[in-house]
Amino acid sequence: MKLENKVVLITGAGGGIGQAAVRKFVAEGAKVMLADLGTEDTQQLVNEMGPEHCACVAVDVSQDDQVENMVNACVKTFGGIDVFVANAGVEGEIGDIMSTDVSNLDKVLAVNVRGVWLGLHYVIPVMRDGGGGSIMITSSGAGVQGSPNTACYNASKHAVIGLMRCAALEVAQFGIRVNTVNPGAVETRMMTSIEDGFTEVGAGDFRALVEAGTPLGRYGQPNEIANMMVFLGSDDSSYCTGSVYMVDGGNAT
Amino acid sequence: MSFDFKNKVVLITGAGAGLGYACAQAFANAGAKIAITDISQEALNSAVADLQNTGAEVLGLLNDAGDSADVNAMLDAIVERFGCLDIAVNNAGTATPLQEFHEVGEAEFDRVMGVNLKGVWLCMQAEIRQMLKQGGGRIVNMASATSRNTFPNASPYVTSKFAVAGLTRTVAVEYAQRDIRINAICPGNVATPLVVSLVEDLSVLATKHAIKRLGTPEEVANGVMFLASDLSSFSTGSLLEVDGGWNAI
Repeated sequence: MKLENKVVLITGAGGGIGQAAVRKFVAEGAKVMLADLGTEDTQQLVNEMGPEHCACVAVDVSQDDQVENMVNACVKTFGGIDVFVANAGVEGEIGDIMSTDVSNLDKVLAVNVRGVWLGLHYVIPVMRDGGGGSIMITSSGAGVQGSPNTACYNASKHAVIGLMRCAALEVAQFGIRVNTVNPGAVETRMMTSIEDGFTEVGAGDFRALVEAGTPLGRYGQPNEIANMMVFLGSDDSSYCTGSVYMVDGGNAT
Repeated sequence: MSFDFKNKVVLITGAGAGLGYACAQAFANAGAKIAITDISQEALNSAVADLQNTGAEVLGLLNDAGDSADVNAMLDAIVERFGCLDIAVNNAGTATPLQEFHEVGEAEFDRVMGVNLKGVWLCMQAEIRQMLKQGGGRIVNMASATSRNTFPNASPYVTSKFAVAGLTRTVAVEYAQRDIRINAICPGNVATPLVVSLVEDLSVLATKHAIKRLGTPEEVANGVMFLASDLSSFSTGSLLEVDGGWNAI
């Protein structure tokens, strides 16, 4: 088991990728704190996995005090943090830059960038005191590519790569590794929402466009992203830090 | 996530020592049947013996990756012995002592490109021809952190590794719909016999990495196994860094 006795804190644990990751982490022997906006989905998963393996906490990652509270809850329940998966994210409104409102940018940056920054801010001291750990931030294919109608989302996913590189350099001395995981299009609620958004603004059949541009010719499955997360969270990636890990079926190629 | 390669046929080129040998060992421990190549008979014999001592099924082939006749013969021998080729790790490579660009001899450029780039090219062609016949396969090419970063005074090496990355990505797209996944691994500095023979002060190399140490061959092998396994089923044309944070600097 690759994560035996490790404590994993994961935000956005109720989402498609989040849930798949939680299952894999537990299967690999970890204790997992599931954090999400509400506790409906995460509590269900906790009940299924068993409270000896998991717990959940509600958090709006864009709020300073709530992120602090989330980290404290994890330490109180499980004793520390070995792996942090900053996975909470929103897609925002689909539409081009001139037609959308700046409030969309603010919302997307608040969750996708500020939320990640706050997570790093509160988790790093805990990991440092615990002797080290692994942090991964969910970026995206959108973090290394452009696409019309998703500028705020892409900007936020590019931004966390910059954040990751700086964090990696700062915390290497504490035995903490920091990387991003960059999923392509994955079969989740978020992708359905993006597809619908594209249809609404008349920007075409998003799924068909993505599949045509993806060498593997399909969306990814949440557990395929989770596999990379287990790799990065485990000692198998002991020499991996400061890097961008694509799981996108070759789309960015 | 235990790596399980039970009964898979895995080729690792340049596996007499260093990263190649570490990969061979790792795959063997995970249950694979191994074919290894090297340009040195001595290194090859020693590696084969060591692997067999751990109970692995090993075929050793003396091979120059830069020679197409040799490479084709290599594939024939593997298929004859094992019946197929599931996974290929194109690791055979070389490097040069540090030297300013304007001093590098043309012959040296040709030698490095001949192994590091053309060797990968020729091996991939032979491997893919076989994989097309059998309906699929996995290829992992040994690129480098220098595929995306600079290393002054190592221009032939850096050029070749940058090229391997491009080759990997473009060819991956061509075969993506035929169940052949092709990725590259990008190691940082590791204290292999090759590196030790070329660099006097390894501590200088360590400063390139955020982690401030060299990697181990086992760390690189872990990344190779991840790319060769079904755990990376949604990855093709990707470059997997195992570089201790070199590319964040």
